[in-house]
Amino acid sequence: MNRIEALFKELGSRGRKALMPYVTAGFPDLATTAALIEQLPESGANMLELGIPFSDPIADGPVIQNSYTQALSKGLKSKQIFEMIGEVRKRVEIPIAAMVSYSIVNKLGPAEYVKSCVEAGIDGLIIPDLPLEETEPIRALITEAGLSGIMLVAPSTPVERQNKIAKSSSGFIYYMSVMGITGERDKLPAELVDHVVRLKEVSGGKPVCVGFGISRPEQAAMVGEVADGVIVGSAIIRRISEAEDKGMEAIVARVDEYVSSLAEALSEVGR
Amino acid sequence: MKSEEKPKTLGPNKVPDEHGRFGRFGGQYVPETLMAALAELKAEYEKARKDPEFQKQLAWYLRYYAGRPSPLYYAKRFSERIGAKVYFKREDLNHTGAHKINNTLGQGLLTVRMGKKRIIAETGAGQHGVATATAAAALGLECDVYMGTEDIRRQELNVYRMKLLGTRVLPVDSGSRTLKDAVNEAMRDWMGSVEYSHYCLGSVMGPDPFPRMVRDFQVVIGKETREQVLEAEGRLPDVLVACVGGGSNAAGMFAPMIDNEKVRMIGVEAGGYGLDTFKHAAALLKGKPGILHGMESYVLQDEEGHTQEVHSVAAGLDYPGVGPEHSYWYDTGRVEYVAVTDQEAMEAFSMLAQTEGLIPALESAHAVAYVLKMAGELPKDTIMVINLSGRGDKDCMEVARLLGSQTSQAKEEK
Repeated sequence: MNRIEALFKELGSRGRKALMPYVTAGFPDLATTAALIEQLPESGANMLELGIPFSDPIADGPVIQNSYTQALSKGLKSKQIFEMIGEVRKRVEIPIAAMVSYSIVNKLGPAEYVKSCVEAGIDGLIIPDLPLEETEPIRALITEAGLSGIMLVAPSTPVERQNKIAKSSSGFIYYMSVMGITGERDKLPAELVDHVVRLKEVSGGKPVCVGFGISRPEQAAMVGEVADGVIVGSAIIRRISEAEDKGMEAIVARVDEYVSSLAEALSEVGR
Repeated sequence: MKSEEKPKTLGPNKVPDEHGRFGRFGGQYVPETLMAALAELKAEYEKARKDPEFQKQLAWYLRYYAGRPSPLYYAKRFSERIGAKVYFKREDLNHTGAHKINNTLGQGLLTVRMGKKRIIAETGAGQHGVATATAAAALGLECDVYMGTEDIRRQELNVYRMKLLGTRVLPVDSGSRTLKDAVNEAMRDWMGSVEYSHYCLGSVMGPDPFPRMVRDFQVVIGKETREQVLEAEGRLPDVLVACVGGGSNAAGMFAPMIDNEKVRMIGVEAGGYGLDTFKHAAALLKGKPGILHGMESYVLQDEEGHTQEVHSVAAGLDYPGVGPEHSYWYDTGRVEYVAVTDQEAMEAFSMLAQTEGLIPALESAHAVAYVLKMAGELPKDTIMVINLSGRGDKDCMEVARLLGSQTSQAKEEK
């Protein structure tokens, strides 16, 4: 059992929900990313989604896209990201899932990429542009390495297909709450709760976490009522951007304050 | 010794396979959000393709609206320069001035058939944007076109044409602010609007079924060429030449004759400042297989998998990837791929204008430039067809600016 599976087993036994913040590796720089990762468990995060910057992300909105562009403009390399995680891993126990484009994985070679993830202490891979039909070259590699291969489900995914994706997914199933790209939304779709409930019926007992569009503590709490975990990304990246010129400490404090508020809201769920 | 024999190239009736693969290339590397839409599009396109009513409707628009068939013009004076019989397939005479309209009318009619009210597109030079805006106006569809701010600056006239046609031009200010970023942005839009919007991709690229569908809408070029050459010469052509950016005009020209192994085919990529510089857009000659914009194909990427900056004087060739079927033809060796530089393309641009009174699009000028390099090397009775995929009016200002600045620079150096 890897860290992700152990986490959901433990949370499940206590009826608790996972809070999963997202940060972009190397934004604004790798030292700050490392500091953020060390702070996040203290702020109440149970797991981390780490975005690997890519030159042409299709599923991301402007906030995350800008963080990628900025990180890459400084010449960020995959090797440096793995080294940073390897270093942080010595002090941080929460599961880390890397969110990475298949363009990057394919270029470095799926076997090589998976090996680097394992060596750095990454626990799972989310490859948003690799739908079920294209997973063949990497699925066995992920499984053999003991990583979680986290697959995504969209509101438009037909139920039969949800079932197939759930079977193929490991660690958890990532449900995208909205059609479209990452980014904060004032309102989440009215049918979100129903969709998550339906997905859980076909998930074969695998945890379902919800991301895309969630930013406010009350939204996190609402999603937490039905899902096993809540993923928050753009709202964090926006706060990092806003505090960027005030330096690392200010960024970490800003994110700490925000993630703590999400954690608090989520801790009320089910009580 | 292991045999190095390459597999036989499968023709357009046999590729792509059910997974959208041309050999190893193609596929669907897109977010799950788009998978249902691609499945719907694939199913609807399959039905439309086999529906005589749809084909009749498309043929009607191609004839009475776009002005097809486009003529096959025997270029006597140009032929004398080359030392072979050279014909031009006059796609520049289509409505909107390029081959792009063949595809946008097809996808426009498909949009209507699917009951969607809105069409979105990406554009680089603005030719596909204008062709989409035109089809949308003719078919009563709402239309939004994404265009990089750098391209908006370079292509003022086409921006105005699109607006005049009732289309919204949405500026894209991310990344390199050119075609690839416009594709990203159009895909993002589509992910959120797929219920009521169709994404009209402009070339034989992207996730399945686009490479196949766009090819099918463009094969009218090659089918007509085949008949017209047979009528004029009583036999098939010896050589076909077309420029390759994403590769839709070349795919349309080549695909119908791919099975005729004696027909030599040459695709001309954008060599920019030269293949030994980093300022070119020759994805096949200088790229490697990779993933971009939903497809596996030859791509210009750095060693980390990020898309490289590319350059061509022809905005329509200024793209870091190429359609998967071209990657397939490249690997099987069925089609020869070569490149010419910006400079050579601009020389061909002027040369053709002065020799034949034809001002080619800078994209098409790449094909012309390569044929100029072949002058004197071919047997005299060689029958060659160059796809004149678009007219060059749109490029006159840019060429004047570039040649003007070169001249003044040369003066200053003296």
